Amino acid sequence: MAWVSAVIQGILTGGLYALFACGLSLMFGVMKVVNLAHGDLAVVGGYVAVGVITVTHVPVLLSFLIVVPLMAILGYVLQRTVIQAALNRSILTTLLVTFGLSVVIENGLLQFINADSHSLGVGNSIVTGSFKISSQLQIGYLLLLIFAVAVVVLLGLQYFLTGSKYGRMIRAVADDQEAAQLSGIDYRHVFGIAAAIAFATVALAGIAYGMYSQFSPTTGTDTILLFAFAAVVIGGLGSLWGTLVGGIVLGVAQQIGAQINASDQLLAGYIVFLVVLVLRPQGLTARRAQT
Amino acid sequence: MSSVSETTVRSEIKGFRVARSRRNVAWTGLGALIVVVVLALFPYIVYSGTTNLMVQGFIVLTLASMWNLMAGYAGLVSVGQQGFVGLGAYFVLLLNIHNLSMFTALPIAAIGCGVAAVPLWWLVSRLRSGYFAIATWVLATTVMLVIEKFPSLGSGTGMSLPHTPNLSSTLLEADTYWIGLAVTVLALASVYLLLRGRLGLALTAIRDDEVAARSSGVRVGSARMLVFVIAGVGCGAAGALLAVSQLIVQPSAVFSVQWTAEMAFAVVIGGIGTIEGPILGTIVYMVLQQTLASYNAWYLIILGLVAILVVLVARRGLWGLADDYLHVRLFPVGYWLRTSERAARLASRRAAASPGPRSEATREGDG
Repeated sequence: MAWVSAVIQGILTGGLYALFACGLSLMFGVMKVVNLAHGDLAVVGGYVAVGVITVTHVPVLLSFLIVVPLMAILGYVLQRTVIQAALNRSILTTLLVTFGLSVVIENGLLQFINADSHSLGVGNSIVTGSFKISSQLQIGYLLLLIFAVAVVVLLGLQYFLTGSKYGRMIRAVADDQEAAQLSGIDYRHVFGIAAAIAFATVALAGIAYGMYSQFSPTTGTDTILLFAFAAVVIGGLGSLWGTLVGGIVLGVAQQIGAQINASDQLLAGYIVFLVVLVLRPQGLTARRAQT
Repeated sequence: MSSVSETTVRSEIKGFRVARSRRNVAWTGLGALIVVVVLALFPYIVYSGTTNLMVQGFIVLTLASMWNLMAGYAGLVSVGQQGFVGLGAYFVLLLNIHNLSMFTALPIAAIGCGVAAVPLWWLVSRLRSGYFAIATWVLATTVMLVIEKFPSLGSGTGMSLPHTPNLSSTLLEADTYWIGLAVTVLALASVYLLLRGRLGLALTAIRDDEVAARSSGVRVGSARMLVFVIAGVGCGAAGALLAVSQLIVQPSAVFSVQWTAEMAFAVVIGGIGTIEGPILGTIVYMVLQQTLASYNAWYLIILGLVAILVVLVARRGLWGLADDYLHVRLFPVGYWLRTSERAARLASRRAAASPGPRSEATREGDG
């Protein structure tokens, strides 16, 4: 029964990892930017939520109403300034700039806040409670909620990209930047919007992680970025629903690893990642290699 | 190689000669020798605090020149080089546990890292550019997690080297300093010689146009793999040097991504794609680190901001700025056309008659 519980737990944490991963995947898909500061920005989202909650006393569950727009604005501004400037030069430059941002953000948080762990404590009993299916098998409401949020976010992204005017513009720019520009689309503005959406998901990821566990300035790189990346590669580069598949595979692998030996949780996840990289470098869901 | 280009150029206009540098660089060789000799005498001249600091600088310089070889010449941006730093340090620990002197263990550790780089390359080479970068990071973390599973190597907390040489601390520090100097000189010299040779030409071709290079018979994959393995040896040597200088190996310290941040920022600030850049960048890094040492994380924040600024505004870094005014190559790896007076007049007349590609031919394969 412990194994069944581990698998269910793994599937549900997969939702959290998909939330980590979809912003990374979106920015790469549209702008070919691999944002190395992705995880640190999620942690920034978490800290902003802590600040917002302390100042305005909004309930933790509703803090996203303030944090998500703030992070989206930050995404638009960062994209139109620093990231666009780097993109105009080369791929190498965007990597160096986002890596620089990652180090600056992480050490900035260490310097101006501190190295202590924070979390977004949800006192609400609905959120801390769990279903009891049997005495050994229970499902936490919180993880279920996060999973549901991830599915809603992915559905929303899919609907937005296929059905809306801006979604069509984003796909057009991602397909052929010059042709889109010739048709009268300002690709820089479209990039800004895509970044704003990616940062909105990053904010949700940060808040979700803060409710699920504790975060500190280093969580951004050693957990969120690497898990997000592993989920993207396992699921298939450039595939939106692939991030959920990849997240679930990663989550299940970690939980099974933890079942074998508590200290093997992370290692098990990365070993599955490496196995997928060797056997199926295009990912589990992709139809063709997109490297 | 130079003889081939010399004949083709000579056939066009008399008086041109293909050279490695615009000016005579015999003096830079002599200068480098003097610098190395003076540095070698340092333990007799300065306090041990200074030499210990210099060892730190040697580690960063070795790492930076390796990272520069990867990012500046082979287009491989790795943020997982700390994996090799940690591996090198742990090889020294492992050999030292088995009673091998730590100084003898250092070169073996470096070679061991080169061997380990081959299967690791096979894994990460499946991904390109940005995803390659994070894949190296995941790999470094995985290597750390695997090593932490060995209680004999100190598990998650690490351990001190059990068999340190029976020397006075002054002598030990001096020995460490000389080994560090040797590692750095070897690293710089091998990068220089590699870039002057076939590999350098292949890498320059790949950097300028990968498809054209591939179709001209450059083996892009094996050139990149060779660079990755060499960088593995270099970073492994730096990690081994770290273990020797600290006498303790801790997984969180040796596998810290901060190593990659330091090497990348030193390269970018100094000037990516030049051999001189990492040297200049390391000096800037050491000065910043020392002045801001009492302000915790500030030096990394400032270093990161400066690196972002340099990448966006002065892409060629400090050495690029200096080069614009001085036109000096300390380590010439490209080719220049050196002209006699008459030929220069001829060339300028031709350039005036037909403005266009001709006038740009005075500078080739460098920068």
